[in-house]
This record gives sequence, structure tokens and C-alpha cells, in this order.
Amino acid sequence: MILKRLGISVFVLLAVSVLVFIFTLLLPGDPAQAILGQQATPERLAALREQLNLNDPWYERYFTWLGGLLVGDLGTSAATGGSVNELLGQKVSASVLLMIIAAVISIPVGVLLGTWSAMRRGRTTDHTLTGFSLVLAALPEFVIGIALTTLLSTTVFQLLPSVTMAAPGTRVWDYPLQLVLPALTLVLVVVPYMIRMTRTTMLDVLDSGYVEMARLKGVPERQVIMKHALPHAIGPVAQVVAMQLAWLAGGIVVVEFLFRYPGLGQAMVDAVRIRDVQVVQALSMIIAAFYVVVNLIADVIGILANPKLRTESNT
Amino acid sequence: MPTTTTVPKATVATAISVRDLNVGVHGGESILKDVTFDLTPGRILALVGESGSGKTTAALACMNHLRSGLELRGGSVQLHKGASRFFDQNMDLLTLSEKQVRRLRGGTIAYVPQDPALSLNGALRVGEQIHEVLRIHEFGRNSKQREARVAEVLEEVGLPSTKKYQRRYPHQLSGGQQQRIGIAMAFACRPAVIILDEPTTGLDVATQDLVLKTVYELTTKHDVAGLYITHDLAVVAQVANDVAVMLRGEIVERGPAKQVLYRPEHEYTQTLLAAVPDLKGARDMGGGPAVSPRAAMRAPWDHGHDDAARPGEARTDRDRAASSVAQTSDNEPLLAVRDLRLAYGPAVILDGINLDLLEGQTTMLLGESGSGKTTLSRSIAGLNGAYTGEVRLAGQVLANGTRKRSNEDRRRIQYIFQSPFSSLNPRRSIGDSLEVPLEMSGGMSRKQRRAAVADALDAVRLGRSYINRRPGELSGGERQRAAVARALVNAPSVLVCDEITSALDVSVQASVIELLRELQRDRGLAMLFVTHNIALARHVSHKLAVLEKGHLVDYGPTDHVLRNPRHDYTKSLLEHVPTL
Repeated sequence: MILKRLGISVFVLLAVSVLVFIFTLLLPGDPAQAILGQQATPERLAALREQLNLNDPWYERYFTWLGGLLVGDLGTSAATGGSVNELLGQKVSASVLLMIIAAVISIPVGVLLGTWSAMRRGRTTDHTLTGFSLVLAALPEFVIGIALTTLLSTTVFQLLPSVTMAAPGTRVWDYPLQLVLPALTLVLVVVPYMIRMTRTTMLDVLDSGYVEMARLKGVPERQVIMKHALPHAIGPVAQVVAMQLAWLAGGIVVVEFLFRYPGLGQAMVDAVRIRDVQVVQALSMIIAAFYVVVNLIADVIGILANPKLRTESNT
Repeated sequence: MPTTTTVPKATVATAISVRDLNVGVHGGESILKDVTFDLTPGRILALVGESGSGKTTAALACMNHLRSGLELRGGSVQLHKGASRFFDQNMDLLTLSEKQVRRLRGGTIAYVPQDPALSLNGALRVGEQIHEVLRIHEFGRNSKQREARVAEVLEEVGLPSTKKYQRRYPHQLSGGQQQRIGIAMAFACRPAVIILDEPTTGLDVATQDLVLKTVYELTTKHDVAGLYITHDLAVVAQVANDVAVMLRGEIVERGPAKQVLYRPEHEYTQTLLAAVPDLKGARDMGGGPAVSPRAAMRAPWDHGHDDAARPGEARTDRDRAASSVAQTSDNEPLLAVRDLRLAYGPAVILDGINLDLLEGQTTMLLGESGSGKTTLSRSIAGLNGAYTGEVRLAGQVLANGTRKRSNEDRRRIQYIFQSPFSSLNPRRSIGDSLEVPLEMSGGMSRKQRRAAVADALDAVRLGRSYINRRPGELSGGERQRAAVARALVNAPSVLVCDEITSALDVSVQASVIELLRELQRDRGLAMLFVTHNIALARHVSHKLAVLEKGHLVDYGPTDHVLRNPRHDYTKSLLEHVPTL
């Protein structure tokens, strides 16, 4: 069963690669022209086209590109003429760092608060938490970001830097304080969904016959939650967490732009603006791969947490 | 704590006495009114009533457990001295702290739930689920003794006690095995009181028989006080020593089982008893005498009598049965199934089914879950088009699948589903739901459709006032009537009824069957009545078809099949059916 999911993931990635390639092909503009500028002579353009294999039929170019992807070569940037790998390497790691920080904070917070809220169903704490998470979920990420900036780095409290200063040669994590605001924004964006979904899932589970049975067996409440209820919530909650993490890969664009954070999102914005086809392709594939991998992990967790699915995969 | 196999005898006359128990919905109506009963070691008290009568609420109150939304309004649940090892004096369970109650639950008072598929934890191995209750209540001195007890109790309920079996998950067991795990879990700590909440609902008769025997044996052998909740009076006759009948939160009649079942005093008990279908068809149930009465005076399973003693009588009865079959077999069957096969890959669901439905007659399709009976009925209705073979309606071969059948063909075969709770759209009024089939077949103005809907509602004796109600406002029986009306609104000639009474109480079941019989008489419908309840056979069906693992193993006039079952499966069904 896990192998099957893996196969599906590979297929999805291939399909995405075809789509990405076709759509970037349809973008107006000539990469060679873009690299050399308006003043380039026809001879130089032709030479560069030859060098970039632009004269080959589109399917050959696709397979050359795909072959490069498979060995980790993302191609040559149309804008700089340099390797895309080099261009993106640092930015990708900066973004991944931000996402990991956000995930590490938001998953336990979301799951714990959601469970807690479900256990106190109908009481004031539950209502407060539900209302609060609903308001947060309704706010777009840039509003949260701006509000946090106003609160923590301008007139109210001047505690944190509002933009990221990445001097050439330095890394974002050399200044941990400047990570706080973007990470906090991302956490506040994804946590409400996790709380709400965990709460709903747990409510279903707590209403189930096996939880009532555990109580009637005299199992202490703590064990009822940890041993009888939570395992049933893991699968569905993992799906929601995966959706949120996958969203992070795309949603990070706005947040990075807001805080001038030198990551994937900013690279994406820049690349689209200057029609750097190779970089757009590479970034699309990186984000798609992230989506697929995160969802695959959630599926595997779901299978492992459910003996019914798990035992099926053995037979 | 005794951990040896010697059985501790109860030292008390009464284990639990419930006095004047009152429970209600938060700020609303009351559910239990002055409920009073005693549970005695070694005896089983059956609490009988229809769904909603409050019997589960009363049972759970014995464990100081109220489902959410309910509140206690007085009364006491006395646990008598000596019944539990934790308390050496009489205690009112309802006044104990949460921690004290927890020690009693599962250890001193154990509960066997209605549906083991929902109540066993699907993420835990079955051995661990039994072991857990022992560990929590500190049964035995160490883990090794507890493991020995797990194995012992598994054998007591007739399950394998091997480590391999204990490592299974609930979904790897059959329904009957799951229920026996539930029972093992309840008996594991040698409780003083055991509460069984309809533990055999949903099990086939052979498994039910086995479960009931296990329960009876364990309670008498270990001197356990039992409370058995059920709506099935035939089951009561089999296990209970005493009976208390509940009606709308009140106990209206109580006494020894024999007295209540055979000399009922209260009117409600009499109604309940009259609604119980019996295999012999001796009682008038469903609005009249049995459709297929016994031809002979005695059933073939009555031994010690000689049929030849009264040959004349037997012959005339047999002749009558034969002539009624001959009469109908002259006619072309309205619906004929010929060599119907259906397989999903290597899994053969149905294998070479031949079946006839005659006008004005009912054929009962009997089989347990997984026998393929629903698949067969869905194939006939065209809901499952994956079959090979033929379904002929009035001589015409029907296409596989409803989409390929003509409007007219679809109109003539109507289907009623098992659960009236899920087959009616909760957001639509009854009138709107009933109108859908008419809209599909077309050719009527809105006014005509409304009139047809109103007529159908009258026909099922709901009345046209139900036209604007929504399913949520209706009881289970009313909903099933509405579902029957929806099937009738198009004036079909064939009605497929898929387990339509299995979600209903016995008295409601009787009224739905009465309705079907009446409609059949008036309209000459051919009916396929799908069920797992063999006790209904004589009351509903002219012909009986027994399906096992996709094969029709017995098929013929109902009386004939019941008297001369050919297949072992049919024989075992007849053997295990509980009777009053």
C-alpha cells in the first residue's frame, strides 16, 4: 500500500513537470533575447539559442530538462546566464529553515490546543479558543504580518527587526532575531486550521463507542485520551497538517515579500518579473515536490496509525 | 484477590438495588421515571422495551454513567456490601467520587455494549484490550497472572487463547467473535454485576445462540448478577430469569420470565408479545394469520410423534400447499432471474441464481451478511449492473443497470432501503422526496404529482398531513412508511424490500409488515423481501429462498422449505432460532 502511494506520487510529479514545462513554453518572450537584451545581434542570439538547445523540438527540450532535474541540475538561468542551482541554493535553504521553524512550533501547539479544546467542549475555554482561531483564520497572512510588525517592531514595542538584512556573504540564520517575525506570522496563519481540525476530529473520536467503552472499563481519563482516542485522530490530523505545510510552501511568497526575506518566495517574484523561465520552472518543481512529499508523509502516517490499512498492506 | 480458578460465590442476596431512579434531558423532558429494580447474583434480569424507552439510560446509570445532555434527578443505586472488594459497606453509587466510580467500572460492574464493531478500539489488539481492564483493576499479582487470566477468559467465551489470536485487531474478527471479545472483556475481572446492552443485535441466529449460551453459562457459573437489555422477547425467553418491561421511562410490568412472557398482565406487554414473529406462524402477526401457515400439525423437528398416525389430515394439508403452488406456477412469472452471476475479480459474489417473482406473492430472500443478498436485490433493481445472466420483467429482458433501462422499466421495479434514517434526504420535506420518482418518469403536472404523493401517503396510513414534514420530525416507523410510500408513488409492479424492518422495533416491524401485506393484497405487487430474520418467514412470504455464499441453497414454497430444509445452512438456522 505504501509502495502504491509512492508510485502515485512519482506519477503526480511527472504530470506536474509536463504541465510546468508546457505553461512556461507558452510564456511570451524569447529566453535568448531576455539574456542578451534588446541590443543583441542576430548572430549572437542564434549562437545562444544553439547553446541553450532552443532550436530542438519541444519534446526533446522537455526530456533534456527532465533528465537534468533527475540528476539535480536545474538548468541555466536566462537572466544571469549562471547555474540555477547556485542561484537558488541559498534561498531554498533559507525558506526551508523558515518552514521548519514554523512547522516545529505550529504542529504541537495546534494539536495540543485542538485536543484540549475538544476535551473542554462547550465550556468558556473552548468557545474562546474557537472564536479566536476563527478570527485568525479569517485574516490574510499579510494583515497578520503587518499587525505583528506594528506591534513588535514599531511604535508599540521596538523589540524585533521588521525586515531581514541579508548582507552578501552572510546567512539568514546568522541573525536569529530577524527570523522571529516571519516565523511567527507563518505560525499564526497555520495554527488556527490545525486547532479547528484537531478539535473536530477529536470531538468525533470522543463521541465514539470505543471511548465510551474505555470509560466504562474504568480507564483513567488521561489514558482514555492518550491511548484510546488520540491514535484515531492521528490519521486525519496528519492530513490537515500536511495541507498546511504544503500551503506554507506557496504562502511563504507573501510573507517573504513582506519581510524582505531572501527565500523561495522572493526568488519566485523576481523570476516571474524578469521572465527567467528556467528559474520559474525550477521553483515550480521544487514547490510541487514539497507538496507531494508532505502529502506522501501524511498518507504514510495515516496508514501506519490505522491497523486496518496497515494489515491490508501486508496481505 | 482470588486469582485461582476457584469460583468465589457471592455472599449477598442482592448485588445492586436501583430505587426511584429519575433521569431527564437537561432542562427538558424526563427519560426515566421512578425506575426501581434489583439485580441478584446468579440471575439475569431482562429489561425489555422499544428504542427510546430509556432502558440503556437505566443500565448505564447503574454504572453512574450518563450520556451527554442527560441529568440525574434523584434516586439511588445501592451497591450492597460484599458485592465489591473495594467497599465493605452499602454504597450509593450515584454519590461516589469519579475516582471511586472508576474503580468499580469494568472490575465490579462490567458492561457489554450493543455493537462491538463500534465499541472495540480498532487501533488496539484484542488481547491488549482484555489485558488492559485487568491491569487497571489490578487483577492478579503480576503481569504473568494477568496474561494467564486473558487466556483463560478467552477460552471461557469459546475463542482461541493463543498469543497469535490475541495479537489480532478487531477488524480481523467476525462480528460474533468481536462480541465474544466484548464479553470476555466484561467477565475478565470476575465482576459481581454484568450489564449487557442488546449484545446480539446484528448477529445471525447461530452466532446469537452461541453468545446467549455463553452469557447464560458464565453468569450462573460465576454467580454474577446480570442485567440484559433487549427488545427481542424471544431472546428474553432464552436467557432471562426475570423480566421488567419498560414503556416511556417507566417499568410497567415485572416478574419472573415465565409469568411475564406467558401470562402478561399489562396491555403494552401483550402488544409487544403479539408483535413477535414466530417461526411456527401460529400467532397472528402483521395484521392477520401467517401467509404460509404450517401445512402439517407438527413441525418436523418435533420428535416422538408419528406423522403416519393421521395420514388423511397431513395429505389434505399437503395437497392444499401443492395446489397453491400449482396455481401460481401456471402464470408467467412477473419477474424472472435466470442464471445471474456476479464476480469482482476472483471473488464470486453470486453464482447462477434462478429466481421467480409472481404477481401478488412475496419471496423471502434469506441470508446472513455477506451472503450476497443485497447484491442480488440491487442487481434485480438495476442498481448494480455488473452481473451476467438475465433479469426478465414480464418476459422482457432488462438491461444491466438503471441508466440503460427505460423509464418505464425503472418505474415498475422499486426499491426500499434498510435504514429509513439514511434513505430519506433530511433537508427535503417528505412530499418533495416522494415527488422525485414522479418527476423522473415525467408526464405529470405538478398538481397531479402532488395528488399522487398525497394518495401514497394515505395508502401507507401516514396521511397527507405529512407532506410538508421533514424526516427529522418522524419516528423510525413513520420514516419507513414514508420510504414505502416513495416506492409506491409510481405504481410499481415489483417491490424490492432490502432488510426494511431490521432497523425497527418489533412492534413497528409488525405494523410495517401489516402495511406491506395489505398493499400487496390491494395492488397485486410482487415482492422480494430480503432479510436475515428467518422468524418472519411464515408471516411474510409465499416462497422462501435461502442464500449462502452466493448460492441459492434452498428454494421453494415457504412451508415446504421450513419443513424439509435440504441444506445444512438452512437446518442450522432453523435449529438456532430463538422461540418464545
